[in-house]
Order: sequence, then structure tokens, then C-alpha cells
Amino acid sequence: MSEEINTKTDDVKESRRDFLKNIGIAGAAALVASPVSVEASVGPASPDAEITVAESLQGHFVLMSDKEKETAIERLEKRYTAKYGKKTTVSDVPAPEGVLFGYALNISKCIGCRRCVHACVQENNQSRNNPEIQWIQVMKIPKGNFSFSADKLNKGYPESSKLGDYGVQVGGNAYTPVGGLSTEETQNYYAADEMVPDKDYFYVPVQCQQCEKPPCVKACPVKATFRDPNGVVVIDYNWCIGCRMCQLACPYGARRFNWGEPNLPPAEMNPKTHYFGNRPRMRGVMEKCTFCLQRTREGRNPACLEACPVGARKFGNLLDPESDVRKILATKKVFRFKEEMSTYPKFFYFVG
Amino acid sequence: MTKMLSFAMDFGSYAIKGGPKYYAWLGFLLFFILVGSYTAYRQLTEGLILVGATDQIPMELFFANFIFTAHVAAAAILVVAPGYFYHRKDMKELAVIGEIIAMCFVATGITFVLFHMGRPDRLWHMLPGVGYPNFPNSMLVYDTIVLNVYLYLNLAGISYILYKKYVGEFDTKAMARWFTPVIYLAIIWGPLIHICTAFVLSSNARMGEWATAVLPFGFLAMAGASGPSLVILLFLLIRKNTKLEISDSVINLMTTIIGWSLGIILLVLAAEYFTALYSNTEHAASLNYSMFGHNGLNLYAPWFWGTVGSIVGCFVAILIPKVRKSYDRWLPVVCVVVFMTILVEKPMMLVFPAFSPSPLGEYTEYHPTLIEYFNVLFTWAIGLISLTLLVKGAVGILTGEVRYHKPITST
Repeated sequence: MSEEINTKTDDVKESRRDFLKNIGIAGAAALVASPVSVEASVGPASPDAEITVAESLQGHFVLMSDKEKETAIERLEKRYTAKYGKKTTVSDVPAPEGVLFGYALNISKCIGCRRCVHACVQENNQSRNNPEIQWIQVMKIPKGNFSFSADKLNKGYPESSKLGDYGVQVGGNAYTPVGGLSTEETQNYYAADEMVPDKDYFYVPVQCQQCEKPPCVKACPVKATFRDPNGVVVIDYNWCIGCRMCQLACPYGARRFNWGEPNLPPAEMNPKTHYFGNRPRMRGVMEKCTFCLQRTREGRNPACLEACPVGARKFGNLLDPESDVRKILATKKVFRFKEEMSTYPKFFYFVG
Repeated sequence: MTKMLSFAMDFGSYAIKGGPKYYAWLGFLLFFILVGSYTAYRQLTEGLILVGATDQIPMELFFANFIFTAHVAAAAILVVAPGYFYHRKDMKELAVIGEIIAMCFVATGITFVLFHMGRPDRLWHMLPGVGYPNFPNSMLVYDTIVLNVYLYLNLAGISYILYKKYVGEFDTKAMARWFTPVIYLAIIWGPLIHICTAFVLSSNARMGEWATAVLPFGFLAMAGASGPSLVILLFLLIRKNTKLEISDSVINLMTTIIGWSLGIILLVLAAEYFTALYSNTEHAASLNYSMFGHNGLNLYAPWFWGTVGSIVGCFVAILIPKVRKSYDRWLPVVCVVVFMTILVEKPMMLVFPAFSPSPLGEYTEYHPTLIEYFNVLFTWAIGLISLTLLVKGAVGILTGEVRYHKPITST
């Protein structure tokens, strides 16, 4: 009996050894083959035609049954894992209940270093080159007052009249920027090696303002973009038809379009993704800031906030009186960008 | 069934028959269709990165041309309406040609929209039932509905009239029962497609130059100028080259419509510019850019003044009776100029400069790519070739050259 068992275990051992040996061979073969197969899967054709077809027929994510959602997520994970050569997770963690996300940015602290811009690109899997897609744009706005001049005192309109030889109707110092959040004299592009902050300018980062009344959502013909229960405007990248009506409607220039196939090097890809957040996008769809919902739905802070070296950025739940944002709203001088558009952003700017 | 088959056969074989000039014209269009098939394939496989659009100016030549085709499609009802509303005998016969123009231009416009889409493979997302159209909020959904309904209304009208005339059963009394309402609906639907298209633009509060109440009126006036220009050119060609009789009174009516439409365009532009420029707030920034450029970026300024000058010039010219009656010389010239002016006005005055300044104050110029040009020409060529063939076939039926003959039973 015991002998029999022994032989059996021997057999098992033997077979296991063989098995391990085979794995070794197979592994070596896989190692040899892998560069080829990875290359083949990175090409313009998707790794698996079946996956692609199934994905192109999928419905609006929110309207799917739990079973369908599960298959859709599995499909995406499989595709991303094959394409980027690393284990990718696509989460569909639901929006936490009783939360309204809000953001506050201190423009007197911002130094224009654009670390938030780059942290955002790394976190959210944007296309890296040709073009690099950035969701945050930092406006560089001239501080006012320095261009008022005595020379312009008689330069107005009309230059001479019966009432006097100076601009009776329009002063010579009109059309002079006086600072403030005007887009009139802004510069949005500057060299990578530019020293910041420039003492004659102040900086205002702009990203999706997560409006309570978003004009982009109203304009979307297929409801691919909508407010989630936390008040964040999200996009189902698999439902978007690429008509760009939302881009036309947005008063903040916050939306970015994938004009071509996004170029995301596998080495730089962030494999921890969310369906509505930072999962890699495809050609011909819109994308934008989601307050890093893959992080914030799990109670973490957005990447731009973590990257800010001067602590100009604050994030939190607008329904919680103890949150940073609420305290700022209660104690600081707060305003919204382009208030006249009646979009009611949940992105606030403040001074002090 | 055999009747319908022989209708299609006879119509088709008459449409492709013509003189050397006719074949040269078809060959010319076919060239652009061939080249365009390649560029269209490139764009479909590689994406819109091949065209000149950017996140600052996301609307391309396709979008601009789409608006123009909507102009002409809407205006084609001006050929249909007089015959049915005012019972003008000289125009009732020609109504079908107006409908062919409407159908071809709506179809061309829809093709332009397909080129504009980032994911044309997902257009089914807009279908009710399988998709999830954002009704009643999205203006693009309305526009899709009105354009498609207009397309099928005209398709139904054209097929019915031509087929009935072909088999010799065209009877005004029998027709009245269901067909006249269809025609009336099509006449009402014409302006509707245009108003909806204007609303797609003017509904964007951030687009300072578009968010104006006069936009639909400007569009309708431009439709009234560009559409009849094409109609006159087409009628003059038909009159010269076929047996179909088109009386001077028809041409004169179209000329009158062009004249007053040009006048209304000037009034609308004046109202718009006065309102914007008197107070000259930031809402006038795009207009200032369009008129005078900005810090050396002045690509659009010559186009602006050229367009306005051309509209004024054509308005004055068409008021001169000598020009109006010069059917084989000056009138066609004016019509070509009006048509081209409105065509060029779309990208260079309406669409591209309106995006500067961008929401964050950037000023940009738009530079179309070669692939974009060829895709635009491809779409135009498809539209014009279908227009040519359909009008040719229709003329054959209207003149009675194409008729149904009972097949001789041979054994």
C-alpha cells in the first residue's frame, strides 16, 4: 500500500519535473517569441479581431447589465494587457454616495511650473508625442498697471476737440491690460526651459471645470458624455462618435480630441485604470479631465494636486463642511471662471 | 415590376448617353472620385489627424462645405414652391429638377458630415432603439433628423413623378390625394433643414460670432442667393442643350430671388456688424480678427473684404436690367460669382475666423491639408455626378424621349 503510494508520489514528482521542464522550454520559447508577438499586437490592427468586433458592438456602458459590464471590462483588460505588455486593470468602481467633488485653486500661489500638467499626462495615459495631449493649460497673464503712461495722455479719441486736446471719448490709456482673469493678453505656450515665475505675470491653470450645468453634455448627440453622481463630467470613450459638438460648446477649451491614433509608449503606460477615467483612448474620440476619478473614487487626491509644489490646489467633497474646499469657500475670496456663461463650475479660483 | 425594371434601365441608359463634352465632364468628375477614394481611405484608416483641424479649430473644410450644401439644398424648394403655391404653369414641370438638386445636395452634405466624424463606424449610436440619441437636447440630433427626412421626402417625390411620367400615368387629380401633401411638406422642410443647421452653430454660447439671432436669417438669405444661382446655371445649360423648354419667366423669377437675397444678406451682415462693433466688447473679438487680423495674423482679412465686396458687386450688377436679361453672357457670370462667393464665405468668413480667440485667448489660422482638399473634391464630385446623371435622365423623361413601351413579346 505504502509502496504504491510512494510510486504514485514518485510518478507525480516525475511528472511534475517533466512539467516544469516543459514550462522551462515553453518559457524560453515564449521569451524568444515574445518580442515578435508584442510587436505584432502593438501594430495598428488590434491584438484580437474578435475582441475588436465585440467591442465595437457594445452599448452605452451605463445602460449595460452587470454581466455585460463584466464582459466589456474583461475584454478591455485583455486588449490593453496584450497591447501594452503589462497587466492592466480597468476598474468600474461606482461613484461614492453623498459626495459632490469640488476643486479650488489659489492663483496667488501658483508659480506656473506646470508640474500639474505633466503629472496629469503621466497619470491619465494621454498620447505622449505627435501630439502630446495635455488636459491642463496654464494661462500666463500679464499683471496690469505697468503699461499706463503719461505719454498716452493726449493720444485718445478724438485727439482734439472743442472740449480739449485729449481723448474726450476714449482715453489714451484705454486698451491697457490691468490684470484680472481676462484671456485677452494671455500666453499659453512657452519654452520648456523658461524660468518661472516671471514677476510681470501671474498664472492661471485651466482644466475641465466640471460644470454643474455643462454645455458639452447638452450638445452631445449620443449622451456619451454626462455628469456622474459625484458631479464629474465623464465620457464613455467607447460610445463617443467623435462629432466634436462638445468641444464647440465648451467655454473653457477643456476638451481634447484624439485626431490620430494616440501614441502611448508601453513603458510609460499607467496600468491602473478606470473605465470612465484614465484607460487608454482610441483614435477619433474626445477626452478630458475627470478629476482623476480612478483615484478620487477611492478616496485619493487627483494627480495634479499631488504634483503641485506650492500647495495651490485643494480638492474635496463640497457636501462636507470640514473638507478643504468648503473651508476655502467659507473663508477666502472665491470666484468662478467665465461666470457669465452660467455653467456653474465646481472648479473655484481663489486669492490669498 | 417589369415596368419598374425597364424604368431603371431606360433612365440609366439615357442618363449616361451624351456628346463629347458630356463625357469630358463625367470623366473630369470621375478623376476626382478615383483620387478621392484613395484619400478617403487614408482618412478613414488613419483618422482626422490627416486634415488641418486642431483642438483650437475643430471644424474643418468638411463642416464648412456641409453648411454650404445645406444652403443649396434648402434653396432648391424655391423651384418647387412657385409651381405648387402660386400654380405657375411654367414652373410646375420643373419642380422635379428642383427636388433633384435638393436631394443631391442633402446627400452631399451628409457625406461631408461623415467625413467630419471621428468615428463614422459608431454612427448607429444615434439611432433610436439600438443607440441612445440625446433627444430633445442635442441640436445635432435635430439636424440629423431633418436632413434625413428631407433626403427621403425628395427621393420619394422624384421617384414618383418620374416613374408616373415614364409610364404615362401622371394625372394631376389622382396625384393630389397623397402626393401634394408630400410636396408641401418638402417645401416647408427646406427652410427647416437650414434653420436647424444654423442652430447647430448658434447654440454655442462661447462662439461669439455664431451665437447671434440673425444667423438663421443670414443662412436663409445666403441659401436664396446661392441655390438659385446654381438653378439658373443648370436651367440655362438644359435650355441650350436639350429639347426641354424653360421660359425666360422662370429665369427671371430666379434672378429676382437672387437679387433680393443678396440685399437681405447685406442687411443681415450690417445688423450683425453694427451690433457687434458699436460697443466693441469681447464678443466682437472674432469679427475684428476677421476684418483686420490680430498682431500680424491676417490671413482672413482679404477674404472678408473680398467676400463683402463681391456680395455688394453682385447685388448692384443684378439690379441692372441689362445684366439680368443677358442670358448667355453676364447672367451666368454673376451666378458663378455668387455661387463661389457664398461657397468661399463659409470657411474663410464664417467658420475658421470664428475660433479666434479661443476660449483661452489663442489666435489661430487654419491650414487645410492636401488630403482634406481631395476629400472635399471627392465629395463634391460624387454630388455633382449624381446631380448630372439624375438631371439628364429627368430631362429625358420630361421631354418624352424616355417612355415606357410595352415589350414586344418575342419567341
